[in-house]
Amino acid sequence: MTNIHSTAAQMSDALSAGSITSVELTEQHLDQIHKVDSQVHAFLHVDRENALAQAREVDAQRKSGQKLSLLAGVPLALKDVLAQKGVPTTCGSKMLEGWRPPYDSTVVSKLKEAGVVILGKTNMDEFAMGSSTENSAYGPTHNPWDLTRIPGGSGGGSAAALASFEAPLAIGTDTGGSIRQPGAVTGTVGVKPTYGAVSRYGLVAFSSSLDQAGPCARTVLDTALLHEVIAGYDQMDSTSINAPVPQVVAAAKKLDVKGLKIGVVKELSGEGYQEGVLQRFNEAVDALVQAGAEIVEVSCPNFEYALAAYYLIAPSEASSNLARFDSMRYGLRVGDDGKASAEEVMNLTRHEGFGAEVKRRIILGTYALSSGYYDAYYGSAQKVRTLLIRDYQAAFAKADVLVSPTCPTTAFKLGENVDNPVAMYLNDIATIPVNMAGIGAMSLPCGLAPEDGLPVGFQIMSPAMKDDLMYQVGGALEAALINKWGKTLLSDIPVLEGK
Amino acid sequence: MTLTYDQAVIKYEPTLGLEVHVELNTKSKMFCGCATEFGAEPNTQTCPICLGLPGALPVVNGRAIESTILIGLALNCQIAPFSRFARKNYFYPDMPKNFQTSQYDEPICVNGYLDVEIDTDEGKMPFRVEIERVHMEEDTGKSLHVGGETGRIHGADYSLLDYNRAGIPLVEIVTKIIPGAKKYAPQVARAYVTELRDILRSLGVSDVKMEQGSMRCDVNLSLAIAGSGALGTRSETKNVNSLRSVERAVIGEIIRQSNRLETGERIIQETRHFLEESGLTRPGRSKEQAEDYRYFPEPDLVPVVPDAAWIETLRGQLPERPSARRKRLQTEWSVPDKEMDSLLNAELLDVVEETIALGAEPARARSWWLGEVSRLANEREVAPTSLITAASIAEVIVLIESGELTDKLARQVIEGVIAGEGSAKEVIEKRGLKVISDDGALTKAIESAIAASPDTAERVRSGNIPAAGALIGAVMKSTGGQADAAKVRELLLKHLGQG
Repeated sequence: MTNIHSTAAQMSDALSAGSITSVELTEQHLDQIHKVDSQVHAFLHVDRENALAQAREVDAQRKSGQKLSLLAGVPLALKDVLAQKGVPTTCGSKMLEGWRPPYDSTVVSKLKEAGVVILGKTNMDEFAMGSSTENSAYGPTHNPWDLTRIPGGSGGGSAAALASFEAPLAIGTDTGGSIRQPGAVTGTVGVKPTYGAVSRYGLVAFSSSLDQAGPCARTVLDTALLHEVIAGYDQMDSTSINAPVPQVVAAAKKLDVKGLKIGVVKELSGEGYQEGVLQRFNEAVDALVQAGAEIVEVSCPNFEYALAAYYLIAPSEASSNLARFDSMRYGLRVGDDGKASAEEVMNLTRHEGFGAEVKRRIILGTYALSSGYYDAYYGSAQKVRTLLIRDYQAAFAKADVLVSPTCPTTAFKLGENVDNPVAMYLNDIATIPVNMAGIGAMSLPCGLAPEDGLPVGFQIMSPAMKDDLMYQVGGALEAALINKWGKTLLSDIPVLEGK
Repeated sequence: MTLTYDQAVIKYEPTLGLEVHVELNTKSKMFCGCATEFGAEPNTQTCPICLGLPGALPVVNGRAIESTILIGLALNCQIAPFSRFARKNYFYPDMPKNFQTSQYDEPICVNGYLDVEIDTDEGKMPFRVEIERVHMEEDTGKSLHVGGETGRIHGADYSLLDYNRAGIPLVEIVTKIIPGAKKYAPQVARAYVTELRDILRSLGVSDVKMEQGSMRCDVNLSLAIAGSGALGTRSETKNVNSLRSVERAVIGEIIRQSNRLETGERIIQETRHFLEESGLTRPGRSKEQAEDYRYFPEPDLVPVVPDAAWIETLRGQLPERPSARRKRLQTEWSVPDKEMDSLLNAELLDVVEETIALGAEPARARSWWLGEVSRLANEREVAPTSLITAASIAEVIVLIESGELTDKLARQVIEGVIAGEGSAKEVIEKRGLKVISDDGALTKAIESAIAASPDTAERVRSGNIPAAGALIGAVMKSTGGQADAAKVRELLLKHLGQG
């Protein structure tokens, strides 16, 4: 019997078998959102009418015998950073309150084409800047494992929607870990594909050279199914890769790692990592060994500069990307009293419309790009980027994939780090090198930390354009762990009672 | 006392620098598919990309790159094997993204030159203008400031924005500093812009209409004491919008700057605006504190790496250089220098060439365009080429050559064609404008003329040949000008025994 706790793959089977309709499935999820989202606050906008209309259309197509894609009729939660025609798209910012894009992002076009039902838009740190969703102008999302804790960020809304069974599938975007860290702290699966694998057209840019949309779900196979829907070359995005999409679904189904070399990155463990995180990570590595993989230790000496370089490149690009929010053409407008000049209105609007973290990064980036500082900051950071790519090349010469804990700790308390940006930034220490090098990585759950009973994420990194490798290892590890535990991790999540 | 131009250029030596912006005539914009037609309803040629909507991404117009490479090759530039776009960051309401996608330290064409010819006291002399770079960028939108006295943003009641122009491909052609032009600096500037315009036109890459703004020139000028070898502080005169204005702007700035220097004032590095009526300039914004545009490589676009073989193919497609063509045509048509200058100044070279290609004799083609057609165009204050086509003029000339039209009749035909009475043939038909070549009809008219003035006829008979003029005039009059005067004379004299 299919219900909201099923996987997307199971829902897909049930839909094809005719044991449930997309409208029924969509209503189940809308009911769950209605029931629990006042506590979780995963959604900024629930698009009930459009979702049901889409579901009806898929049901009609199925009835008429039309050949449908695997995920047709399965509901999905969309991070509010992707443009969807006619549907509010805020990026978690006051700046875009009420803005309805006149166009679909490529990701949304592909989802619609595949008949995936879009339930609504999920909460996020403003303009994807943050690791806790506390920077959302619309209030934070709560971690369904413990409502007093953060769901990760920036894509905390998407991850929390999965963990609270509000949706079986979600789209996230990952600039420095915004898919993987929320996945880790909510016990869900999140994938950042190789840079360029999924079109960025319609993804409101934070840092263009780092941003990448990707699939989120509760199982590796579900993320793979979604990956194949959204990935592929797009001529609307010049940085899109013009090559066939790796066979990630087939890879996720292999459940075999015999002979694969797994590289444990020396620099991404040890000091600063929570004990229970390391324990569960090491157990997962053991599980891979037992499944027939070979473990090698690799060293990436330049990773220690990754965080610093990231906090020059990402804010630099952001300072330019966010310049367009000036109240002239769309979004918030403040102080337009008929007397104020355009420049004054721009100033007032940007002062009101952006939150503290966004302003912090705009200021950082503006400074780093200033004449006289460019070489020392932006220029040096780009050199670090080259060094990180070389570190990965050397490591991938020794191993097929690399692994690490996704984050140093489990979910921290809401409010714990809001006044300490550097502590907040350190959350992404293990995820950031991946974006800087443009490779792909996945986070999947590897257990609950004994000391706090919260989920721990296991990160698998694969070489650029070889996303299938991380799916192969992830699928096999997931199967081994579920076999060991005798259940899925999420079966232990506290049940949220409706109001 | 104030210095005159002649005095100024004895004491001071001008150094020029010219920046020319050219709108390419590609069908679509630089980074999106929007149309580029001039004069469309405001904001009808826009899309999410050229409006800089959140999430939209640019894609380079391949035709624009091709055009820019052609320009570079025609200007003897090196084509960079690797060039990049960069973002020029500054806020202005008519710039949708608040950055302009341009090129900075890695332009597509570098190090070229353009040879021009100037009239000196020693006759025509060649002068080489060296080109620093040719790069691509996108145009901004247009602001219309309503209210206020100056039409500038300052003091306006409100401003209207038209983004049709935003994203139109622009090519900027920047010279190196041009020393050594001395008193000929105004002429060098004009000759350079003229030659550049002719080259761009021959390449077919731009409409090069200065009055419509598809070609705009900024004139940089500085003065230094003659012979000092020093380089003075420069002013930058913006948007000089005709060839004549280029010359006047240089003269105006030489006079203004020299008189400032004479009174011990310093030159302020600033932008100035050319005033069409007075030929003077007024100050714009000061550039004393250099604006910081925070350039950095555009992360949304990939580098431009043109294939070497493609560049060679383009080089092979370069048309004949306009200066070479002028020399060739002058020789082929044996045109005196003075008349050649008239043709060039009146911009009639192309149409005369076309008329000759259609079978007209060169001397006649020139004289009809420079004479009758230009006269009619002047009366109407339009360009000669807008009045009538080369084909019509060629048709008329061919008929003159075959004796079917007299000059007088030809003028009537041209008038008829301009009045919209149809083609030359149709006008001749409708108005009955044909030379009377029938000897019988002419003889009749001659006999009537003799009968009307027997005394005059007698004088001719007795050898007073000049007296025949009056009789010829009478015949011409009675035939409505449709007789060939030479033929009338021949027949008349024969009739009176003088043949």
